[in-house]
Amino acid sequence: MRFKKKHSERRHIVELSIKIIMWLALLIVAGALGLILWTIISRGLPSLSWEMVSQVPKGGYYMGKGGGILNAIIGSAYLATGGTFLAMLLSVPIALYLKAYLGKSRWGEYVRLSLDVLWGIPSIVYGAFGFALMILLGMRASLLAGIIVLALVELPIMTRAMDEVIRRMPADLEHAALALGSTKFEVAMNVVTRQMLPGIITAILLAFGRGIGDAASVLFTAGYTDRITTSLMNPTASLPLAVFFQLGSPYPEVRERGYAAALILTIIVLLVSFGSRWLSARLNRYSIK
Amino acid sequence: MSEIELTQMKMEGRLSRPSTPSRARTNRAAQRTFFIITLVPVVLIIIVATALVVRAYPILNSYSFSELLFGDIWRPNDGQFGFRPFILGTLWVTTVGVLLAVPPCLLVSVYLAEYAHNRLRTIAKPILDVLAAIPPVVYGVWGLLSIVPFVDDVLAPLSERWLGSIPFLAVTQPTGFGILAGGIVLAVMIAPLIISVIFEVLSTVPNDLRHAALAVGATQWQTIRTIVLPQVLPGIVAAIVLGASRALGETIAVLMVVGNVPQIPTSVFDTAYPLPALIANNYGEMMSIPLYDAALLGAALVLLVVILIFNILSTLVLQRFLRRS
Amino acid sequence: MNNTHIQVNNLNAYYGKQHALKDINIEIPKNQITVIMGPSGCGKTTLLKTFNRFFELTEDVKLTGEVLVDGENIYDPAVDVTEVRKVVGLLAQRPSPLPMSIYDNVVYGMRIHQMKKERAEYKKSVRHYLEIAGLWEEVQKRMHDPATSLSIGQQQRLCLARGLAVEPEIILGDEPTSALDPISSQNIESRLIELKKDYTIVIVTHTLRQAKRLADHVIYMYLGEVAEAGPAHDVFNNPKHERTKQYLEGLF
Repeated sequence: MRFKKKHSERRHIVELSIKIIMWLALLIVAGALGLILWTIISRGLPSLSWEMVSQVPKGGYYMGKGGGILNAIIGSAYLATGGTFLAMLLSVPIALYLKAYLGKSRWGEYVRLSLDVLWGIPSIVYGAFGFALMILLGMRASLLAGIIVLALVELPIMTRAMDEVIRRMPADLEHAALALGSTKFEVAMNVVTRQMLPGIITAILLAFGRGIGDAASVLFTAGYTDRITTSLMNPTASLPLAVFFQLGSPYPEVRERGYAAALILTIIVLLVSFGSRWLSARLNRYSIK
Repeated sequence: MSEIELTQMKMEGRLSRPSTPSRARTNRAAQRTFFIITLVPVVLIIIVATALVVRAYPILNSYSFSELLFGDIWRPNDGQFGFRPFILGTLWVTTVGVLLAVPPCLLVSVYLAEYAHNRLRTIAKPILDVLAAIPPVVYGVWGLLSIVPFVDDVLAPLSERWLGSIPFLAVTQPTGFGILAGGIVLAVMIAPLIISVIFEVLSTVPNDLRHAALAVGATQWQTIRTIVLPQVLPGIVAAIVLGASRALGETIAVLMVVGNVPQIPTSVFDTAYPLPALIANNYGEMMSIPLYDAALLGAALVLLVVILIFNILSTLVLQRFLRRS
Repeated sequence: MNNTHIQVNNLNAYYGKQHALKDINIEIPKNQITVIMGPSGCGKTTLLKTFNRFFELTEDVKLTGEVLVDGENIYDPAVDVTEVRKVVGLLAQRPSPLPMSIYDNVVYGMRIHQMKKERAEYKKSVRHYLEIAGLWEEVQKRMHDPATSLSIGQQQRLCLARGLAVEPEIILGDEPTSALDPISSQNIESRLIELKKDYTIVIVTHTLRQAKRLADHVIYMYLGEVAEAGPAHDVFNNPKHERTKQYLEGLF
């Protein structure tokens, strides 16, 4: 039996040990996720109540009295929706232009590189930049300023995500449309957008999820208030900051509600994440692959 | 401009010459609008950098570079702006985070790319996606609730007992807040990025090469070690650098667990005060003290410059890799 | 019977739900060149890949039956795949030089199996196998150049030398000349004919002329089944099956 495995051979031992170590690493990463979710759920759930999501802070809320964080939930919804919308206005055309006109050209690579670099800039720097601009313009912390800075944070994420999906679009479809006499603009508007709708929606939801969870950028720019914002020029609360501020409180009840706020934020982000996955899987059925 | 002209010439190739004049006009107008919009990302980087330089100018003007970068004392009220504790704090936390993240990330990405069945890959991807989607502030809460006590109750006593004589591991701090807690949280935060980039890089290695090694009877690990990894080493380094640049700028999560005491760290159990935390913690009073705002925006500028360098280098290496496939 | 080197019993192979090999039963004789031929998509390459257990490198595959090498089933769970691949070498369709020097390419397998102890021994073997592959003259002065600097034809001979260096007994060739120019192809073919005195050789080819030049033994496959197998002159001159006849006449 000359082919029989000799388990004591060094290379077989190495192979097996490496595999075991890899499995452990995999468990650590998956375990970290499990641990995070478990921590947030088990610590957040006890303080989670209907009151928390349906009311604004009442007097004395920050000393443990009644009320909720509706102001922050609505504020975050405004901020993320506005930021996503603004980012979309730029990123859809950029992604389409990259596909329809630039392709793999040199200029296209520069645009991609600059987007990747923008992606890498931390949100605290965007926040500081927004703050510098606000001083320059004499603006105060407001919903509008928060939306603009969030749009900057989201723009590269959204555009690169769209670009990645759009790039995978089969070239023959595009060529077929061009061969039928369409202009590149028409190709971009009709064929590319329709084919790429799932990808575009996924990218938008991805950016929305990033936007709603980002704290460092809105810290300077959107401010914080206990009321529900009614004007673009007024400051607004946001969920990540609601978590952050409440955790810094000396009152245990307030900190507990901070954990609950973190749970709410996590749930929203996970819903967005799974929603985009589900949606793109559904929409994908209607496009040619 | 020649680059741009060239591109425009390319854009007006034969295929895009339409039949009716009005459609041609639309096409050309769209081209121009589209083109201007693609300038936005490029211009944006310049604007962000310029705005920070302009706002930080007063402090760069009043102090020398070495006074700012190597000064140890941070007393804005007395006009003392030494960034060294913050810069070192940033480096310590980032280094610990990256060191903790790299081994498991490398193992996981190699496993997913080389060993795992498609089925496991389809399970692994959503896990990584969710890890990447969790907001920084939630990581901060997790760090506060799990990692800080873990460091305090488990790691610190362990280290005190067995490793206390190693200078970097001396237990100096009895609360659990500090560089190690920040590093652990950062490691988990940058893991999905590092794993997915290394995975992409590994997938660029042609199967022919793997098969050539397997065909002479190499084990899978021998193939990976002698053929696959040497091929993608620059890409792996780039992925790690990318992860490091992400870690450098992470603010809220780190701020919540790192202790925020401006000191020169000497051990991973020390507290530290990284640059992003400095900016985030003090935006409130920065307008009330002279030069404070310039100092904080200068901190943002330092961060931006370091991250830009890291980012551009790693992205260039990765673009070369991923385009090859 | 002791002249049989590889024996295949009731072999079935599946890619997902696709039944790629259907109940294969063949014998491959020792120290001869066996040529597997047939129209494209008939399972030639799949059959070849089952001989060195490369078939399982594709995902979602299934295999039943046995492949005996010297009477030992290489699909037995206790078998060490790497030992099988050491004994059953493969010459791939496209030359695949490893990204290292010419010398290191030839040494690669020997080092993996720690076959030699000293540097000088490795050096001697490298020369020996490069000579067998007919490449020594051309590369002896540039042993430390990257293997990719060689021409495609030279690369394929380098791959042959690399495969021979781990001392296999069987050499599989998956259309080993299809990527090469005519002169390089001829060079490889003459190497194979020389090698058959020491090795058992199994070649997949889609060109009938090459099959006629090389074959001592022929396996003709059609739609995943072995339509006909036997000594070359029998199959070529007196095909029993209609399909084989049509193929030989060039009808498809």
